[in-house]
Amino acid sequence: MQQISRPGFLRAIGAAVIAAAVAMPAAAQQPAAGGSSPTMDAIRARGTLICGVNTGLAGFAQPDSQGVWRGFDVDYCRAVAIALFNDPDKVRYVPTTAQNRFTALQSGEVDMLARNTTWTLSRDTSLGFDFPAITFFDGQGFMVKASLGVRSASELNGATICVQPGTTTEQNLTDWARANRIQFQPVVIERLEEVVNAYLAGRCDAYTTDVSGLAATRSVQPRPADHVILPDVISKEPLGPAVRHGDQRFADLVRWIHFGLVTAEELGLTSQNIGQAAADARPDVQRLIGRTGDLGRMLGVDNAFMVNIVTRLGNYGQMFERSLTPIGIQRGPNAVWPAAGGLQYAPPFR
Amino acid sequence: MSDATVDPRFRRKPPKRPIRLSWADERIRGIVWQVLVVGIIGSIIWWLWSNTVHNLEVRRIATGFGFLNREAGLPIAESLISYEPTDTYFRALLVGVLNTLKVAVVGIVLATFLGTAIGIARLSKNFLVAKIAGFYVEVIRDLPLLLQLLFWYTIMQGLPGPRQALKPVEGVFLSNRGFKVPALVWEPAHTAALIACIAGIVLTWLYARSARAKQMADGQPRKVWPAAVALILGLPVLTWQVMGAPWEIDWPALRGFNFRGGMSISPEYAALLIGLVTYTAGFIAEVVRAGILSVNLGQWEAAQALGLRHGQVLRLIVLPQALRVIIPPMTSNYLNLTKNSSLAVAIGYQDIVSIANTTLNQTGQAIEGIAIIMLVYLTISLSISLFMNWYNAKIALVER
Repeated sequence: MQQISRPGFLRAIGAAVIAAAVAMPAAAQQPAAGGSSPTMDAIRARGTLICGVNTGLAGFAQPDSQGVWRGFDVDYCRAVAIALFNDPDKVRYVPTTAQNRFTALQSGEVDMLARNTTWTLSRDTSLGFDFPAITFFDGQGFMVKASLGVRSASELNGATICVQPGTTTEQNLTDWARANRIQFQPVVIERLEEVVNAYLAGRCDAYTTDVSGLAATRSVQPRPADHVILPDVISKEPLGPAVRHGDQRFADLVRWIHFGLVTAEELGLTSQNIGQAAADARPDVQRLIGRTGDLGRMLGVDNAFMVNIVTRLGNYGQMFERSLTPIGIQRGPNAVWPAAGGLQYAPPFR
Repeated sequence: MSDATVDPRFRRKPPKRPIRLSWADERIRGIVWQVLVVGIIGSIIWWLWSNTVHNLEVRRIATGFGFLNREAGLPIAESLISYEPTDTYFRALLVGVLNTLKVAVVGIVLATFLGTAIGIARLSKNFLVAKIAGFYVEVIRDLPLLLQLLFWYTIMQGLPGPRQALKPVEGVFLSNRGFKVPALVWEPAHTAALIACIAGIVLTWLYARSARAKQMADGQPRKVWPAAVALILGLPVLTWQVMGAPWEIDWPALRGFNFRGGMSISPEYAALLIGLVTYTAGFIAEVVRAGILSVNLGQWEAAQALGLRHGQVLRLIVLPQALRVIIPPMTSNYLNLTKNSSLAVAIGYQDIVSIANTTLNQTGQAIEGIAIIMLVYLTISLSISLFMNWYNAKIALVER
């Protein structure tokens, strides 16, 4: 975990100044649609992808004991780096808080966000972003201490609830409270560590965020069984990477990497067997591994990009099992459709 | 400096010289440089502005202050005015400004008292008192404020939960949900009593002024305090009695998850206030100490030789001279306290920075959000400066 840094607004000022002064001249020459991608060009020229990730959320993005970033979101940064450089380590990770992540992307401080960000209409339009794909279907829930004896969210009337600001979470919370006529006292703290500390110290009766985030937080507690995630899910949270609006080519790449990972799981291609996939006669497999179709070239990368990604990171299911299954998250809606009846559905890879 | 003190030789105007269009003419050189500097600064501002506007357009990032009228949907924990999540961003930001003022105003008053006490204690002849005050100042000044705020907040969170709340006095609860104290149910009679109290203070001031004028005329000192007690305490109590003496107390009680009723101080506010007050008091103590030391010992001795008592010496001779030294750095400390209150975001007190930050995040309009924060702090800081400058001019020694 990182130590407390300067308040977010200082960084926001920094980002605003950078936005106004530094990053802008590069963006001043916008490409014609369908032409080259300024983001991809900049990443190639720099030699590294700059990826905005969470400041530390088990399962999604957290540095391990060697300081190497690990997690489900982090793997999407790696996948993009593999597609562009065939090297998963050509990524610089920028930890971003819920509050400064958008200015970081807007100002060009990061190339993409892979930071459990909810896709909403206003973020898609007025923030100037594009959300290429939904990599994780989530919903907002509540966690309480088991000793409190609460079984359902409707029993939380009068409770004090810890929440992070600048997220869809706090707006969902007020919507839900209004719809269910529930009175609550908010405690609004920006940094994840601090808001979790406040919950653990008993400042709040409940902590609310996406269910995956609750599971991640619970998994790193000394005694996870002391905390209960209530069954109620009060919102839809389609989480995925975000890129700047106006660079469709880069958005296409990120989108089709995700669809490629899902397609690989659908076709049964894993990190172990994709090496032998050349012998697989199925046309879908031949297209995914880039032996036919020229699909990689259309995205502006090597035709074998999906082979490189799956070899190193596995398919969507393997990524999920590596990062999220250990912290107690079920596949649920994130199973592949139609085989497993989930929502992860990839358009035809052709 | 008044006109009379100007050396008459300097009042003569130099003879007029015609401007020569030459580099050798200093006035021409001055104009050229000034035009150049203004031009460079102006074009930098113009470039930043047009570049920003252009790029915001290209990236389709929303601009303008239209979002202020949209529904905020933010939960706000404490507010001086009524606030619902259905209210607009404008009202949410207003709540933030009031929360900043709430901590700044109370903080400035408390820090002034605490700082003055410690500053005087540091000059005490009592070895222990002086050393403790000195130790306090050195420790508090050397530790970063953010660390101190987190320390106080952790202490607040370390208090027991609401069901095991500490109860030092009947009706007062200390828990990690904040401090709960009984509150008076406010009636019109209380408002009337408050007005009577203010009127009493004004009348006391007028009475003291006339008493001083009479003393100037006949040399007889007059006692002011009996009248002051009657006016400032007696008048409000009388008013309250006449209006039916309402006295109903709202006792806090544990109901469900939390306390209901009574008045509460949140742990976030308490931690921020304690942190800001103790930190700023360390600096104010040094300012006060410097102010008192700046008055020559001879002034004390001369005043005592005139037969003034200790309190009178302090009030009439030493303080007016010390304040001259104290006021300007005190202004800086007040400004610092106000600006430091923005560290509230770290411990979850929703001041203007916290709410503007959330607003700019929900709306994505960072430039507008930062502009609002800057405008608010500029307004508060300039107001403090103006007031302190006015006060400084008022108490400045009139040199004859």
